[in-house]
Amino acid sequence: MSKYYLTHLQELESEAIYVIREVVAQFDRPAILFSGGKDSIVVTHLARKAFYPARIPMPLIHIDTGHNFIETMEFRDNLVDELGIQLIVGSVQTAIDKGRAVEEEGINASRNELQIVSLLDAIEENKIDAAIGGARRDEEKARAKERFFSHRDDFGQWDPKNQRPELWNMFNGHKRMGEHFRVFPISNWTEMDVWNYILQENIPIPSLYFAHEREAVYRDGTWLPNSEFLVLREGEKIEKKRMRFRTLGDITITGGIESDADTLEKIVEEISATRSTERGNRSDDKRSDTSMEDRKKQGYF
Amino acid sequence: MINIRERYLDTSTTKEMELLRFTTAGSVDDGKSTLIGRLLYDSKSIFEDQIEAVKKSSERKGLTHVDLSLLTDGLRSEREQGITIDVAYRYFATPKRKFIIADTPGHIQYTRNMVTGASTANLALVLVDARHGVIEQTCRHSFIASLLKIPHVIVCINKMDLVDFSEEAYNKVVEEYEAFASKLDITDIRYIPISALNGDNVVNRSENMDWYKGASLLDTLETIHISSDQNHIDARFPVQTVIRPHQDEYHDYRAYAGRVAGGIFRKGDKVTVLPSGLTSKIKSITTFDGDIEEAFSPMSVSINLDDDIDVSRGDMIVKTNNEPEVGQDLNVLLCWMAARPPRPGAKYYLKSTTNEVMAIIKEVTYKININTMEKLDEDTSIKMNDMAMVKMRTTRPLVYDEYRKNRITGSLILIDDTTNETVAAGTIHS
Repeated sequence: MSKYYLTHLQELESEAIYVIREVVAQFDRPAILFSGGKDSIVVTHLARKAFYPARIPMPLIHIDTGHNFIETMEFRDNLVDELGIQLIVGSVQTAIDKGRAVEEEGINASRNELQIVSLLDAIEENKIDAAIGGARRDEEKARAKERFFSHRDDFGQWDPKNQRPELWNMFNGHKRMGEHFRVFPISNWTEMDVWNYILQENIPIPSLYFAHEREAVYRDGTWLPNSEFLVLREGEKIEKKRMRFRTLGDITITGGIESDADTLEKIVEEISATRSTERGNRSDDKRSDTSMEDRKKQGYF
Repeated sequence: MINIRERYLDTSTTKEMELLRFTTAGSVDDGKSTLIGRLLYDSKSIFEDQIEAVKKSSERKGLTHVDLSLLTDGLRSEREQGITIDVAYRYFATPKRKFIIADTPGHIQYTRNMVTGASTANLALVLVDARHGVIEQTCRHSFIASLLKIPHVIVCINKMDLVDFSEEAYNKVVEEYEAFASKLDITDIRYIPISALNGDNVVNRSENMDWYKGASLLDTLETIHISSDQNHIDARFPVQTVIRPHQDEYHDYRAYAGRVAGGIFRKGDKVTVLPSGLTSKIKSITTFDGDIEEAFSPMSVSINLDDDIDVSRGDMIVKTNNEPEVGQDLNVLLCWMAARPPRPGAKYYLKSTTNEVMAIIKEVTYKININTMEKLDEDTSIKMNDMAMVKMRTTRPLVYDEYRKNRITGSLILIDDTTNETVAAGTIHS
């Protein structure tokens, strides 16, 4: 084999850097949607590489549900300090207080869907015209057809039947006033690619991804962490478990798995042997077969 | 039978893998979704919860087998109608390679979707039903693969179980295809008899077809030689953006960010910036991981030049003495993708690499019948899903190569300036 070829991770990295640079070149006010999860951490790392030695030329946006893991918030603040860039926080609590969003009630109540309101508000208030996210096409059926440059109308909605075709490596960022784009530089990455890349690049991630002791309750096939927001159902009990999280979201909906993987190498090993999808531990996707598609149409991440 | 779930269980962590992008096309019932479902399932890219969901759906539909095609049906409207309406991307990996499948529907808006899927593919999988042989749709898919210069084609002769795994039936289809393929511009065509439903010759060699001595589909996908598909001769670097850190330690720093679109650039190379024609030398090639001696396609890097010359987005840095074309009059093969036909004399944004200019379609030279490859020069009105050779003129000079020389610097899209839609894809012929 000639020496002039890239490994799959190098090629995926190069593609993502290309996409991020296209965003900065084509839009006036881009931003990175930062959740504190591994995918948005990888996107931020790629953005840093894309503009080196300059700083990342855009802010991070974090949608704060008020139901966060403390570790995620600390990680976020440290990262923003290190990068020397602006952080914009969109608060779900503020949206509720202002009457812009209504808190869900009941035993499965979550603020996951309420994030849509805060996200769209943050985009509008800051006049963001391109929001870069860490979504991947392998995560979920509705995302398999998502574009790199995903057009949103002036209500922030996605129209899956009327997407612009994307050919070769040309991205059409033309839009009308009030419309914006969501851009997904790691569209072509799988969960395995993300972990292998984190390992290869030695990218810091929140401690929640590594095995640790924690109080949790077993519900719907996953270990939900104990928190002040958890309401126990009849027959449920809190147990102490050695566990870790495969994805990070709102503390009320992010379930963990029993695990001893306390290093990146062990995590990669565990993932490669694992038999269920990472979103299988997210109760937001379990509401119906098309719940992701429905949320995306409204303007979800 | 050993399937690759067991064979490869522990090895998807291998890092030194190449990436192969391929496109598939097929009609509703030729088994394309089943084949993809099988590749995903057998390569352990499908997890237990996904399999469970598909099993439940299969039972609800009253099926006795697990319908693997359900794995690839993306959107709600597709599940309701049982059709695929757009290009969907799928992923699977073996220890040797990571694969990206651009899965395109066979009938609805076929040209638009096929062209989209084909534009980034190194390889096309063409499915032929062993009972029906080469049909119009087979020709159409192969022709688009040829026009889009996909270097490798694998013809899967599927449903061999329904023709008693007969060698004669297989040979007949191969002969038919070869006769037709002599008109195509594809150098590497391979044939594999398979049964996607039962898995014959998909991952493992089939015991039902001893007469077939070739490799299974997956073995072929894993070993087909792709690293020389890139053009490593003609060095091309379209500039995406200029990096200028506003930090004291990088006073006067100025680098050009982009992705190498062809060839190899080395530190010290004499380069020309087009369209201006200004020349300089490469001072350094920079990445976050340090300066490097050489950069080749498709690497994303930034280039620093010796001289402080005017370079901005849309310009192309090339090696001096190996220069692309610069011009305003182009012959372009267009695939029209919008419901509204081109407006006579209208200006469109023309995007090629990182450059954007305005352009008009001056004249339709001929249309192509996508099923027969005939040139049609009597009716030259362009409609959605038509392919047509046109003469275009741009308002400013465009830097380009012929598409057959470079798929990146030889391609373009047209954008409607009123709706902002991408209305056409084009390959530059001269």
